[in-house]
Amino acid sequence: MIITKQKPLEEIRKMLAGYGKILILGCGTCSTVCFAGGEREVAILASSLRMAEKIDGKEKTFFEHTVKRQCDWEFLDEIAEKIKEADVILSLSCGVGVQAIAERFPNSRVLPGINTCFLGLTAEPGIWSERCDACGNCLVHETGGICPIARCAKGLFNGPCGGSVEGKCEISPDVPCAWQLIIDHLAALGQLDKLEAIQSPKDWSTGHSGGPGKIVSPVQDESGEKKP
Amino acid sequence: MVVFSCSWCCYQMADLSGATQLDYSPHVKINIVPCSGRVEIIDLMRAFESGADGVLMLGCLEDKCYHQNGSLTAKRRVSYIKGLLKDIGLGEKRLEMFTLSPSSGPKLEEIIENMIEQVKGLGSSPLKGKSKT
Repeated sequence: MIITKQKPLEEIRKMLAGYGKILILGCGTCSTVCFAGGEREVAILASSLRMAEKIDGKEKTFFEHTVKRQCDWEFLDEIAEKIKEADVILSLSCGVGVQAIAERFPNSRVLPGINTCFLGLTAEPGIWSERCDACGNCLVHETGGICPIARCAKGLFNGPCGGSVEGKCEISPDVPCAWQLIIDHLAALGQLDKLEAIQSPKDWSTGHSGGPGKIVSPVQDESGEKKP
Repeated sequence: MVVFSCSWCCYQMADLSGATQLDYSPHVKINIVPCSGRVEIIDLMRAFESGADGVLMLGCLEDKCYHQNGSLTAKRRVSYIKGLLKDIGLGEKRLEMFTLSPSSGPKLEEIIENMIEQVKGLGSSPLKGKSKT
């Protein structure tokens, strides 16, 4: 899941300065699950903005809508008419959704209402934790199902650094040392021998360092035609 | 002032206040809810948006919540909304939450009066009478 967090109200208000009719657009998938941009958050943000603007003596109109997903064209079609009424769209989706709107509706103005933080999971209700760095070449089969890139502050591939103290990372006593987790898990599985293999330098070109990613399905080409 | 009161504790206190002829301010509108944890953030926001000078949330004692953790949920929400009210410019002191036992009628009266005094000190809501767009 893509973990997102709403921007501070003050920052959002600065972005919206000069716009009178604003469509606050929620996303019904990842940002709903992490309480950043679902239907509820759209309503709360709209209410907050209405009150803040009124206190400042400004009259603005806020429209509210939430689509199933902002990152798929088919779910954006339903807002084609709504965006004509608005001066600007405040998207409560990850960066993918914001850009999808900008691409789908090139004449519209779209602003990001939330920050895209990381790929993670719900550790506890209301707490999200990073698990994946989208490096494009997963190696967690070597590390007991725990990613040393996303979860080790230094992204080390061959064991813990000297900063690991009692199973915690030196960046914070609240952060578990990823390599301690890896060693403990492999020991429990009786697979500590996996750590004897030295991991060679990683080819980062499969991830962000290799430029914008693109994947073409082997069974469906870019024209949408299914291959035999 | 708007009060959201859990039916299992504080609303019974309000009833008890009436039965024992204890007065509380007429400037209070009490909304009975099945659990303080059932009150959504947007419910409280809408109360302020409608012009409430203050909002009071009343729930069960944390360790005696009828729905186990409703009071704790409500407390977290109230704390979050206080931050929002500060950012909006309404002021965080317009919202408070108290947890009480159903047998403390006189305390309810005291809480309501103290909250009214607190809100009076802040003045009337700047949103009062302004239409919703």
